[in-house]
Amino acid sequence: MSNLLVDTFHVAWGDLMFFKHNFLNILVMSIMSPLLYLIAFGYGLRTGETDIGVSYVAFVIPGIAALSSLSSSFSASATRMNVQRLYYKSFDEMMMCPLSLSSIVLGKCVLGLMRGLLSCFLLYALGLFLAPELVLSPLIIICIIVSCMTFSLLGVAVALLAKSHQTMATLNSLIILPMTFLCGTFFSVSSLNPVFQAILYCLPLTHASEIIRGAALPDYIDFPWISLAVLIAFAAAFFAIDVYLLKTKKI
Amino acid sequence: MMDDIIVIKGLVKRFGDKTAVNGLDLSIRKGELFGFLGPNGAGKTTTLRCVATLTGFDEGTILVGGHDVKKEPSAAKSCMGVIQQQVSLDKDLTIRENMISHAMYHDIRKKEREEKIAELSDFFSLGEYLDKPVDSLSGGWKKRAAIVCAMLHNPEVLFLDEPTSGLDINARRLLWDIIRKLHAEGTTIILTTHYIEEAESLCDRVGIIDKGKIIALDEPRVLCDKVGSIAVEFAEEGKTQYRYFKDRDEANAFASTKEGNVSIRKTNLEDVFVELTGKSVGAQT
Ligand SMILES: Nc1ncnc2c1ncn2[C@@H]1O[C@H](COP(=O)(O)OP(=O)(O)OP(=O)(O)O)[C@@H](O)[C@H]1O
Ligand SMILES: [Mg+2]
Repeated sequence: MSNLLVDTFHVAWGDLMFFKHNFLNILVMSIMSPLLYLIAFGYGLRTGETDIGVSYVAFVIPGIAALSSLSSSFSASATRMNVQRLYYKSFDEMMMCPLSLSSIVLGKCVLGLMRGLLSCFLLYALGLFLAPELVLSPLIIICIIVSCMTFSLLGVAVALLAKSHQTMATLNSLIILPMTFLCGTFFSVSSLNPVFQAILYCLPLTHASEIIRGAALPDYIDFPWISLAVLIAFAAAFFAIDVYLLKTKKI
Repeated sequence: MMDDIIVIKGLVKRFGDKTAVNGLDLSIRKGELFGFLGPNGAGKTTTLRCVATLTGFDEGTILVGGHDVKKEPSAAKSCMGVIQQQVSLDKDLTIRENMISHAMYHDIRKKEREEKIAELSDFFSLGEYLDKPVDSLSGGWKKRAAIVCAMLHNPEVLFLDEPTSGLDINARRLLWDIIRKLHAEGTTIILTTHYIEEAESLCDRVGIIDKGKIIALDEPRVLCDKVGSIAVEFAEEGKTQYRYFKDRDEANAFASTKEGNVSIRKTNLEDVFVELTGKSVGAQT
């Protein structure tokens, strides 16, 4: 176990240096898009009460946090790994070293996790200030970490599957973009017709939105424990897929 | 055999319907300096990638230091250091960070790591470049840095896939010295190269691979003798032609029947290479 953690840190070390070198860029990127969503959707589009009895801003901020966990974590781990694998070939160098596949997968998630957490917490800190209904609790921190981790693991899978930069872009617009707008980030999934709902509940971001919103507004919503379980199951499945892809090396 | 550090049996690697390695058998003895030669696309890099566990393979077995690369990949990986054909450093990091990262992958502790990096970068005169980003170095210097990375964990077997291509004369000689030194210290070295004279002067044994199969394997001198130890080079129909003979008398006899520019010399490995792999290019019968 301690071995796994040490190896994970060793795998992640280079990415942490990358994070350090580019911190300012990453900071700007992390805060820009959630801020734009917040202004456009939170203030521009709609105001007033929602059907659960909170202001729309309070409703949408957890949604945007979920969305940021997806876009930041996913793109950070997928992009960097894709570059390391296809262009720098430094991923090969790592694969030739005696590291367990689990530690490689976990280590490669760390960058995505950090970016996601940075983005989510910056936004949420702003949210606490803008919407008094929102609360800060251990549960919301756990929920944000679980979502960032899940989408980081998904990013690793996509980076391993992508054969070129173009496939990356295609997968991005096929998986990420639709999830961004539909999965209960800007509106409540329960307001849709049941068929749509069923489809959306098959996507991890829907569950991420539900749990982050549930944890953020405990006075208005019962916490959806099932969604938390489902999201963890997604994370486990992505982890297993990542290990499988590395192991079979169809890459 | 116990003293074979690498044993490859019946290796087959296909890319779709293209067979890159086609039933290759090869044993590398412990401590030997082995040259792996072959024309472009023969399958040298692919074979190395299979041994280095970078890619799976379709058939066959590979043992490194007695460990099956499919069953015990970690144990096999610990004995190997690989310098790939293309420079494979992480361009978002500095040279030193690349080295530290590498040492970490091999779980080398901080103190030992710093000593080793200092020692090797000194040896390659990399000192002043250590804290520069990778892309500010020229190709040859990047190569040196990549070599340092592969040597940090004192591997028992070192693979060098065309290590000297793109290096200037000084760097090449330096690398030759390093290769000889490591060899003298007992490291097993497998080298692929297109500079045949390099293989001839460095290697204990060479293997020539063509179309994914080993077609010749022996000491350089023995291979030359097999082709014919004396070469006659002459011009005919506007092309340079070559004939090989067992001894000087036969060669002289043949040379006297030819007019114009005829030269007689010892056969070298390049002749062997061309004779075995270049049938379609040359004009020999
Ligand atoms: N990833 C790949 N996908 C498809 N075909 C490949 C791949 N890698 C190698 N090949 C094919 O396998 C064959 C062997 O290639 P390899 O790189 O092993 O040659 P090589 O002997 O190292 O040549 P060179 O001297 O040019 O480096 C080539 O025909 C090449 O086209
Ligand atoms: Mg090659």
